[in-house]
Order: sequence, then structure tokens, then C-alpha cells
Amino acid sequence: MRTFRISIIGFGAVGQGVARAILSKQEYLNKQGIDLRVVGISDSKGFEINEKGIDIDAALLRKKQKGSVALGPGIGLDIIRDVEHDIVVEVTPTNINNGEPGLSNMRAAFGLGKHVVTSNKGPLALHFSELKELAQDNGLFFRYEATVGGAVPIFNLVHEALAGNTVIGIEGILNGTCNYILTRMSDERMPYDLVLKEAQELGFAETDPTYDVEGIDSAIKLVIIANSVFSQAATYKDVDVTGINKITPEALELANKNDYVVKLVCEARNGKLTVAPRLVPKRHPLAVGGTLNVASILTDLAGRITISGKGAGSIETASSIISDILYIVRNSKS
Amino acid sequence: MIVSMTLELKDIPGQLVLALSPISEFHGNIMSVIHQHDEKTPRGTIPVQIRFEIEHEVLNKLIERLEESGVKVARVGEERLRSTVSVILIGHIVHSDMGDTIDRIDSTGFAEVVDMSLSMPAIDKTSSAYLVINAVGEKELSTALDIMRDVANKKELLMIEPIHMNSVGA
Repeated sequence: MRTFRISIIGFGAVGQGVARAILSKQEYLNKQGIDLRVVGISDSKGFEINEKGIDIDAALLRKKQKGSVALGPGIGLDIIRDVEHDIVVEVTPTNINNGEPGLSNMRAAFGLGKHVVTSNKGPLALHFSELKELAQDNGLFFRYEATVGGAVPIFNLVHEALAGNTVIGIEGILNGTCNYILTRMSDERMPYDLVLKEAQELGFAETDPTYDVEGIDSAIKLVIIANSVFSQAATYKDVDVTGINKITPEALELANKNDYVVKLVCEARNGKLTVAPRLVPKRHPLAVGGTLNVASILTDLAGRITISGKGAGSIETASSIISDILYIVRNSKS
Repeated sequence: MIVSMTLELKDIPGQLVLALSPISEFHGNIMSVIHQHDEKTPRGTIPVQIRFEIEHEVLNKLIERLEESGVKVARVGEERLRSTVSVILIGHIVHSDMGDTIDRIDSTGFAEVVDMSLSMPAIDKTSSAYLVINAVGEKELSTALDIMRDVANKKELLMIEPIHMNSVGA
């Protein structure tokens, strides 16, 4: 049995999803000779540390009942620095202004010889090449499948399954909130403001929806794609962004009459990065509805490959994180 | 320009070459030839449909040359606008001079707005329009889109274009 010690930095929806997934996959992992041991969990109020392995059930229950996993005061960085372990699962919230606390957590992890698996977009949108080089220089893995497309394995597909292909362009719908709003507006002929309110009540949209509806979230994900797939040194400023807040139900109906749907499409092609509402033919693989995400990758050898799936959600995002953890487990020498 | 032509050939050997060689002489680019030997016209001739790209100035000379050599030109049609794109505009479309918006495309000579549907829900609300732009070729269509993008930008209209990789291997 090979034991891998893990810390979960950030215990919101994604962090709890990862904990639940590790718990429910115990038998599956043991059969493969893998023991994933969670030795530290932190949230905004403090942390729990146990080098012999945290009781995940108890931690989840405490979070549910008391609103925090904390058994004592401290921050994630303390766990990364002071607790001996192999993989840091960095799932603190995305901060697009300076990437913190994720950025410091990742820098510290690489400096101390720990692999990083993350869903945190901020540090990758701001300092992708620095973090990638830091990982490489220290012989560590840096895995970030969960940052883009939730459960949809875009980076694995491009870097592993499509290895050898040259990617010509990528188009995708990478924000479930916008896709939900546009789908509802089109299906129900409801105005934008009303659908947004509905989405907020259902928990699909944040109280401050700017980040989603103005295309910022999509643009950040596109930047990560550009850096990872095309090795561009892109930042948010390089993306030409148009949101969905000016779209009218009439426009969607006109599109519908002519066999189109309108989607907020991210596009990386010829070194240009664009996020904008686009006309998508109804029968085109990109025309997915609801909160679904989709990515269409055009390559020289394989042609067009399109994958779609759930772009958000606790367990769905945990799927990408578990997959990244297992990639490290299977490919690391220790 | 793109021309489609129906010719009638005599049912004797060597007639197809006789019909096609003048097109290459006038530097035409033949795009397709449909030659159905078993379908005869009531006159006993064999119809051939040809599609080719040629300079506008030499078309009449070509027709003359074909007729001189005994090839009957039964029909000549010009496919002028063969590339097409749809866009949606949202904003104050009417009050920002809709006529001018369309004119900017039509006045190019190589592209035209061939269809437009407008939806105006209420006086104080923004309008939406669906436009179809045709152009003589892909390059010209792309230029027409650039013009439309510029107009939309200046008139503060949101322009929704189709996805780009649409045509490739979808």
C-alpha cells in the first residue's frame, strides 16, 4: 500500500466535495494499493491537523453544524509549512485581483517540495508561467484540471489523450451561469433581468453577478487555456470581452427562427482571445443548453473533438481534482 | 464573378473539349462540369452544366466564341453573391439610422444586406435585428463584416456574429 498525504486548503463547496469523494472512493483506491490520507484541512476560520489521518466524516459534520472545520486557529499556509505531506489541494476561492491566498499557498508548496492540485483560477490567470516553472524546477507536479470546465477534462484531453496533435483553435462555453441565463431567456422568452433573478434564487448565479455575466469568469478560464495549451503568456487584459447583459429576448427569438442559438463563446485562435455572445447553429456540437459547459478543440491530426459536461458543482469539480491527485500518485516516483 | 451556364452539345465525339477549351483560353477557372450523356434534349443535343469563375469583361466574348464553334449556349446565369453570413444587432438600431447601416454594406459593390428582420418591443426599449449579408466571395464577406463591426461599434450596437470554426469538420 502506497500512502499519499494530502492537505485540503479551503473547505468550501469544492473542498468538501473533494473530502466526500476521497471518503466514498476509499475501497476503490485501496484495491489499487493507494491510501489517500488527509492530514490537514483549513477554512477561513482555522484548521484541523492530524498526521495519522483526519476523520473526514467528523470534519464534514463539524463544518455543517458549526460552519467551520476549525479545531484551532491558523491558516492554510501553516499546514503547508508545518505538516509533512505530499500533495496540497489548493481550493480557496478565486481572487482575480492578486491571486491570494492561493498564490502564496502554491509558491510555498512548491518551495517545500509538495505537489499542487487546484481549482483556484486566480493564481493561474495572473502568474501561470511562474508557477509552472517553479513546479518544474523542483521536480513537482502542478495540476489544474478543475480550474476550467468543472468536471470536463479539457487539459487532460489536450495534453494526454491528444498528445502529438497541434491544437489549431479552441472554442467553448465555460460559464454555466451565462449558459443557464441564455437558455432560459430563449426557451421561456423571459427578459434578462428576470432570468438573472431566478438564477440567483436557484443558486446558479451570485448575488453580484458581474463576474459571470460580464464575461470575466469566461475570460479568466480562456487565459488559463491560452497559457496551458498554446504556451502564450496571456493575462486577462489580452482578452477581448463582451458580456451577455445587453442581450434581449427578441434577439434570441430572431436567432431561433433562423436555426441559431446565442451562446457566450470563448475562443482562442490565431493568438487571439475573445469572449463574446455568438450565433451557434442549433445542431452544432457547441449548442448545449442549461448549465452545461462544452469545449471544442480543433487539431491538425484528430480534427475536431468536442466534450461537454457539468461545469460546476461540488462533486463534479471534485472529480477533476481526484483525477489530478491520481495522476500524481501514478506518475510520481516516491 | 461566378457563372453557371447550360450548353447543348452535338452528340458526336470531341464536343466537350470544344466547349471547355475556350473557358480556359479566357483564363476562366472551371469549378464543376455536369455532363449527362444519356439525357438528350428534344433537339437531340446533350445538355452540359458548367460552373466557372471568370472576369466579367470577357464573358460576352466567350459566349460568342462558343456559339461560333457550334456549341449552343442555352442559359447563362450569374451567381454574384455566393458567400453569406448572418448577424444580430442589438441597440437603438432605428434611431442610429438603419438606412445608413445597411448602406455602408450595400455601397461596397461586393456585398449586400439581402435580408433583415427587426423586432421593436417598446418605444423605450432596445431593438434587435437579424441581418443576412451576402458577398461575392469569402474575402469580401470578411471585409463586409469588418465594416459592420466598425459601424456597430460607432453606433453603440451589440453585434453578435456566428462562431468561427463552424465550417471546419463540424
